[in-house]
Amino acid sequence: MNRAFWQPHRLVMAAVALALVAWCALTLRWDWLPDYLGLAPLGLWRTIWILLASVTLGMALAIPLGLAQAAGPWWLAWPARAFCTVIRGTPLLLQLWLLYYGLGSLFPQIPWIRHSELWPILRQAWPYALLALTLSFAGYEGEVMRGAFRGVAHGQLEAARAMGMPRLTLLRRIWLPQAVQRALPTLGGETVLQLKATPLVATITVVDIYAVASRVRQDTFITYEPLLLLAVVYMAITGLIVLLFRALERRIPSRAA
Amino acid sequence: MKKIALSLAAVLMMSGAALAETVKVGIASEPYPPFSSPDASGNWTGWEIDMIGAVCKAAELECEIVPVAWDGIIPALTAGQIDAIMASMSITEERMQTIDFSDKYYDTPTVVVGAKGDAFPATPEGLAGKIIGVQVSTVHEAYAQKHFAATAAEIKIYQTQDEANQDLIAGRIDATQADSIALDAFLATPEGAACCDSKGAVANDTDVLGLGVGVGLRKGEDALKAKFNAGIAKVIADGTYEAVSKPYFASSIYGG
Repeated sequence: MNRAFWQPHRLVMAAVALALVAWCALTLRWDWLPDYLGLAPLGLWRTIWILLASVTLGMALAIPLGLAQAAGPWWLAWPARAFCTVIRGTPLLLQLWLLYYGLGSLFPQIPWIRHSELWPILRQAWPYALLALTLSFAGYEGEVMRGAFRGVAHGQLEAARAMGMPRLTLLRRIWLPQAVQRALPTLGGETVLQLKATPLVATITVVDIYAVASRVRQDTFITYEPLLLLAVVYMAITGLIVLLFRALERRIPSRAA
Repeated sequence: MKKIALSLAAVLMMSGAALAETVKVGIASEPYPPFSSPDASGNWTGWEIDMIGAVCKAAELECEIVPVAWDGIIPALTAGQIDAIMASMSITEERMQTIDFSDKYYDTPTVVVGAKGDAFPATPEGLAGKIIGVQVSTVHEAYAQKHFAATAAEIKIYQTQDEANQDLIAGRIDATQADSIALDAFLATPEGAACCDSKGAVANDTDVLGLGVGVGLRKGEDALKAKFNAGIAKVIADGTYEAVSKPYFASSIYGG
């Protein structure tokens, strides 16, 4: 395994990468870093939990959305299709601002909301960020899941029905696992895209890792170094997502494709 | 590589010499009424725009107005995309490390605005437990961080003052701190008048709030600085300053 991995071209690439890192570390300005050691981990954590929560909640919405479009009656399929079309047809930034500056500024005009227990949460920015990212992910993945549900071989579903398997059991044991397995490579890519959508939340005052990098630039007038570090951070998270999905794909046995 | 850099530098210097008469004056591309804001057809208007015209005329400079995003305006100056900044930028020690300033051309008090029903003074005690919104990279952010951060619940940082004002209307922040003129303009709008009122001026701190607003210039450009200083002195002496200010402000904003 080890010898197979360290082939000559990989050794050269690793050497080039190391040289680049060394050059960056030695020639660029990093003296601002210690001042942001408190804020940066907070920002990183916000980026990660917003990603995890929006992907999880979005997926929970995407499965019924996909199912409704693939097999639901028209009064379920139509609204689901309309939702996916509207979400996919408008910029995420617009959705985010509509929720935060639109819906979010309607709330305080309604006295019972302003004086309710929920107000301390509703006046913050993160609920709108999470909601917008969740709806967006649900819209895209609803469409992916529609295709995945449709793609499962009909014969299997018919066989299960012929055996008298209840519909929910059929969904749980046969239809959903195979649909998810088909969709997994796409979902991995979409999760990476979702990560790269998270910096938009900085526009509504959520301090994520991108907002921290902008803060550094605005405080110190240093442009390249924080952005370079930010790029490395996003690439590291992307690497983790890719590894995670690879492990998931390997865990689910695929016999016939 | 060095040769290329040298010849590039030579080309840049030559073009700099050729265009010496046109001074690119950078303004913030975010509206900051009544100092500068685009009208319906996209033309920039406001007190500061008029003042750029007056000062350049008095200094016998040919000026071109270039809108630049506020948070990148100092890098734009140091990189040579613009030659001067006239964007209500306060003269501070921190900025003086990177750029140079002309004499001040205005100086206004800093005030705190909050919701109408909420009575509190603009002091660290008055703002205890409150959420304060300020615009990023301004003297107001620095002031709030220095004087209010210890007692306030949170200092929220906004890209523009408009967004902070909007969140004050929406009740997401309890107070905002900015230049008195910018906030007076906000309080004069129907939304601002309905929701909020001024809580008074903050205690002065020249270390943070600076020495008024000046023209930001690259270090070492003393000839240009002298021209701007002469232009500013001239418009004040010959009454142009007053004439330009009259349509915008009830009293002089030159400060003491």
